[in-house]
This record gives sequence, C-alpha cells and structure tokens, in this order.
Amino acid sequence: MGLFILRRLWVMILTALALTYIVFFLTNLYPNLEKLAKSQGNFRMTDAQVETYLGNRGYLQSTPLKYAQWLGVAPGWVITGTDGETRARCAAPGAAAETATTFCGILQGNWGFSTVFKDGVGSIVATRLALTGKLMFWVMVLMVPSALLLGVLAGMREGTRTDRALSTVAITTTATPEYVSGVILIAVFSSSAVGLKWFKGTATSAMENATFENFFLPVLTIALYGMGYIARMTRASMAEVMTAQYIRTARLKGVSFPNIVMKHALRNALIAPFTVIMLQFPWLLNGVVIVETLFNYKGFGWTLVQAAGNNDIELLLGVSVVSVFVVLVTQLISDIGYVYLNPRISVS
Amino acid sequence: MEPLSWADILGRIFVQFTPVWIALVVVFAASIWFKRNLGLYGKLFDSTIGMIGFALVMFWVFTGIFGAMDMVVTHDALNQISVMKNKAPGTPVMGAGEDVYPYYLLGGDNLARDVFSRMVKGAWVVVQIAPLATLFAFMVGITLGLPAGFYGGRLDTLLSFLANLILAFPVILLFYLLVTPEIIATGIPNYMATCLFVFPLIFVAILLNSRYHTQPALRTPLLIGVLGVLGWLYLSLISEVGSKVQVIPGFLDLFDVPGGILVVFVSVVFVNSPTVFRIVRGLTMDIKTRDYVAAAQTRGEGPWYIMLWEILPNARGPLIVDFCLRIGYTTILLGTLGFFGLGLPPESPDWGTTINDGRRLLSIYLHPAIVPALSLLSLVLGLNLLADGLREESLKD
Repeated sequence: MGLFILRRLWVMILTALALTYIVFFLTNLYPNLEKLAKSQGNFRMTDAQVETYLGNRGYLQSTPLKYAQWLGVAPGWVITGTDGETRARCAAPGAAAETATTFCGILQGNWGFSTVFKDGVGSIVATRLALTGKLMFWVMVLMVPSALLLGVLAGMREGTRTDRALSTVAITTTATPEYVSGVILIAVFSSSAVGLKWFKGTATSAMENATFENFFLPVLTIALYGMGYIARMTRASMAEVMTAQYIRTARLKGVSFPNIVMKHALRNALIAPFTVIMLQFPWLLNGVVIVETLFNYKGFGWTLVQAAGNNDIELLLGVSVVSVFVVLVTQLISDIGYVYLNPRISVS
Repeated sequence: MEPLSWADILGRIFVQFTPVWIALVVVFAASIWFKRNLGLYGKLFDSTIGMIGFALVMFWVFTGIFGAMDMVVTHDALNQISVMKNKAPGTPVMGAGEDVYPYYLLGGDNLARDVFSRMVKGAWVVVQIAPLATLFAFMVGITLGLPAGFYGGRLDTLLSFLANLILAFPVILLFYLLVTPEIIATGIPNYMATCLFVFPLIFVAILLNSRYHTQPALRTPLLIGVLGVLGWLYLSLISEVGSKVQVIPGFLDLFDVPGGILVVFVSVVFVNSPTVFRIVRGLTMDIKTRDYVAAAQTRGEGPWYIMLWEILPNARGPLIVDFCLRIGYTTILLGTLGFFGLGLPPESPDWGTTINDGRRLLSIYLHPAIVPALSLLSLVLGLNLLADGLREESLKD
C-alpha cells in the first residue's frame, strides 16, 4: 500500500509539473505578453515600447528558464533595464533590487504577485479558496444525501413506477448544465417578472454573511447537476446488489424488506457511488466557475475567470496548481477508498 | 394591433414548425414500418423512452436544418427593429415593412432581435458542430485506445499518462487558455487541428488496409481513392488562406472554417478524446481475452485486423450509447464556451451566447434567456433519453 501511494505521488508530481508547464507556455506566448504589457503600461504603446517594457521586466527570457525561476530552482532575474532602473524578480514590490534574495519560487513559498488584484497570489488564492470551500461544503451537504436517497429508492425495486419517475428526474438533472438550471432558478425564484422573489439572484452578500436566502440558489444549482449522475450510479449499483444471491437468501429467511435494504444491500451498494462522488470534484470545479460567475460570488472560480481573462500569469499558475492538486488528490483518495471498501481488490 | 395571447403564440409557433412536423412524421412512419429490418435503430422504436428521446433530438436536428434554409424562422436572426427592444412574447412588430412577419413570437432581446428566430438559428450551430466534433473525438480516441488496450505495456502507460494529463485540466481553464484571440494569432489551434484531424485519415487507412491487404488489386485503388478524397477534405479543413497553416493554394480550398469556429471545434475535440480513449482502452482490454480473438490470432490475422474488425465491432454497443451521451456533453461544452463569450462571435445566435446575453436583465425580462435555456435542456435531455433507450435495447439480446 505504501509503495502504491508513493508511486501515485510520483505520477502526481509529474502531472502537476507537466500541466503547469503547459499553462506557463500558453500564458507566456508573445501575443499574450503583449496584451499584458499593454494592459499594465498603457494601451497606446508601440511595438518597440512593448518590447523594452517586457525586456526590462524579465518577460523575454526563454520559457524554460522563466519556468525554472517560477519553480524556484533557478536564480531569479536581476535586470538593469534600458531606462537605467534595476529590477529584480525576487524584490518585494517597491523595494530596491539589491535587497532581493537569489531564489524565489514555489519551492521557497513565493507564489508571485497578481497583476490584476495587486496582491500576493498566495493570499488571494487562500481567501478565495476559503469562500469556495464554504460553497462546496454546502453543495456536498445537499447533494450527497439526496443523490444517495434518490438512487437507493429507485434501485431497490427496479422497473417499478417509482424507479421510472426517479430515474427520469435523475436524467433531467444531468441534462441540465449549471448555466441553464441557474438561469431557470433565478427566473423562477428571484425575478420580479414571476414575482415569487423567495431567494436572491446574486450571492455577493453571501461572501460575508451566508443566509438561506442568498446562498440556497447557487448551492442548489451546483448540486443539481452532480446529483443526477451520482443517483444513476447508485441506482445501477443498488439494482445489481438487489439481484445478488445473498439478498435472495435473506428474503427466503424472512427478513423484512426495509431490513434487507438497510442492513444487507446498502453497504455493498455504496462502494461504486463513493468513487463517483470523489471523481465528481473536478466536475464540481467546473460548475463552481459557472455558478460563481452567474451569481457574482467572488470565490475561486470567479478568480480563475478574472485571471484568465486578463492574462494574469502568476495568479493563473497559482489557480491551476491548486485545481490540478484538487483533481489529483481526489483521484488518489478515491483509489485508496475503493480498496478499503472493496476487499476483493488489491493494489499490487 | 393587439399583442397575441399565449394560445395564439403557441398556435403560430406550431404553424411555423410545419416542415419540422412533416419531416418528423415521415421519419417515424418509415422507421416504425421497417423497424424489423433496421437492427438496433429499429429496436429503438420498441422503447417509449428511446422514442421520446429520438423525437426530441430529431426535432432539433430538423429545426436546425430547415432553419439554415430560412424555412422556420420568422425574422433575420441579426436584424434589429429598435422599437422591439425587450418586448414581451407575442408583441406585434411596429414600424417595419409589409413583407415582415407581423409578430415577435417569443419577444425581442436587449438588442431588439427576434428571440424565436435566434433560437432556431442557434439549433443549427449546435447541429453543425456537436455531432462532427464528437465523431472526431471518437476517431482520435479509438485510433489511440485500441492499440493501448491491445498491446499494453509502455505504449499504454505513455498514452494513459497523456490522457490523464488532459483530464486533470479543469475544462474551463483549458478553454480560457486556448480560445482567445491572442492564441488564435499564434496559430496554435491550427497546428492542433493539423494533428488531431489527421486521425480519421489514419483510422480509415488502417481499417481498409487491414481488411484488404491480401487483395492488392482491390486495396490499392480503393485506398488511393478514399484517401485522396479524405486528404483533400482534410487539407481544405486545416488550410486557410492568411492563417499560419496554408498548405494548398486558395483555389483548391473547398471551404473555409473561420478561425473562431475552428478553435472551438479543436478544443472540444481535444477535451473529449481522452475520455473516449479511456472507454475504448477498457473495452479492448476486456474483449481481447475472448475466444474469437484467440481464433483470429490462430488464423494468422494481423494485430490491426483483430483490433479493427474483431474487437471494435464487438465494442459497438457501449460506444454507440456513449456517442449519444457525448454529443449531449459536447452541446453543454459549446454552451459553456458561449456562456463565457469564448470563441464564437458575440452576435452569434448559439444558445450559450444568447443565455449569457439574456442573463444580465434576467430579473426583469425572462424570455431572452429562458428560451435558449429550455432549448438546450430539451436537446440534451433528448440525447440522454436516446442513449438510455439504446442501452436498454442493446442489453436485451
């Protein structure tokens, strides 16, 4: 088991390195840098001005070298610019270049500086992630129990009318992407045109003070899309378990139906949904981006959109490191959990 | 003129869709009549769920096709009649000429365009891109997944690592990185298109060669003919006058794909193919232990013949089901791109862009966002139901 985790960790690190390099490469293409220079300097710069601007700030070094500096395995640049000023990658904003340390990168705990928010990437990611964590927590609280309940109820008597009805509900929610269900929910529950006005159409105020009124719609929107999928998996797994020999034996022994479901079937039926729930995290990340944009909730997904839209290289890299990390860790947990729950599988 | 009541609106919409109803009735009548001779497709008409799904999907397909021929639409999708800004459904058109359709059936959007016509035109964008992009993703996934599952070993490790790499990327981040004007200017989407779109050619070439390589007299002309046509289509698709990839001169170029559409297409294929790869790889690993594969090996068939003519046909059930689901997923992805305003031009009538436009005024005017939202929902729902029906019917035998 230890060896298995070690091997997975090695693959994880390799994946993370490859992915961040891809992000780094794409954000450091010259047209992107030109856009960055123009939005940071001024929009009427000539091509030559753009080039000196970028050269003075170390953007025109080769991409692998810049990547190594960002990682913290190569010494950060110190460049005396054409305007006579000496700048250093590692100098704090506003501080003199001479005070800078030699190495400053991810390995030294320095995540860089966001050009859009004018703040350190580490602190931005931390605060935004905490906000999204709050959202995700409530999504999980709503989604997992209701999805499991839906799946178990549909799967315990396969082919009945309850099963048909619940399966149709599950299919409908998987067919409704967040931007569709979000729009419909806002239209029905918060617009003045329908007039119900039960909930608020934006979740901006939920960042400080989340109430049922301003937080329920975004949570419901994300939960709905993931719910159908988990419910269908649970249903399939439950239906399979209910046809197993030991269930028939229990029935013939005279165990009551609720007891069969609760004590005999449920535990075996929940193995498959567990992996699915863990693998839902990457999808939820997607939903988070859409829902945070739609409801104007300034969390992690909203930050991703801002960083990507403005080519904020270091913030974008920070965001992608975190999201890739989330994806890979959940994959690892789902693998390990699967082995624990299902003794028939060995990892060797 | 008085605004129309809801019954009138629905009646008029029903009349507008006449060609679609006729086409649907013809397709259903023909399919049910001949269903015993149509294999899996015919069996679909034994399941209610499958029929409902198929009807929803074909409704949008026909709407898209007829809409592109300007048959269902009432107004031009880009035409603005300024007095109609944000008007409610059924409002009569004022201040326009005689030959203009007298009502905005589903109201006007915030740029005073007809919501109904834009919805119909939006169906065409989806019907054009989604199935084709899914097909390309399947070609890439099958061509790489079969050898990975069949040979295993180093090749499998490498390809699986690459597939997992793409899958670990948050889709929206990938879209934001790939689908920007700056990236289009560097030509990266064109290079990616060049790499990705060559897979159908490889697939067809191996498919035909492995089958007919014992009959060179038939194989050689067949391969030259088929690859010639496909190659020309391929070159027309990737090469574009004035872009980074210009291989053939303009007069040989059959059609031009605008840079925005091409990059959308490429990124959707790119995001979908790793999942297909994993499904095909899993199926191959399962099927290659069967007796008929061993029989083919004993017969002395080559590895590619076994993969493409023994394993692939036997994996078709799950693949067809996944194909339907994946078209739905691609539709959702296209909507996501539109929702974030990536790739497609801002005046494009596709549903994602329209939802994004409409959501800003959602608390006052519902119809500009709700109409495309419900359209997208019904199409994806139809595809899911269709996949469900197909799965049930294919499991029966």
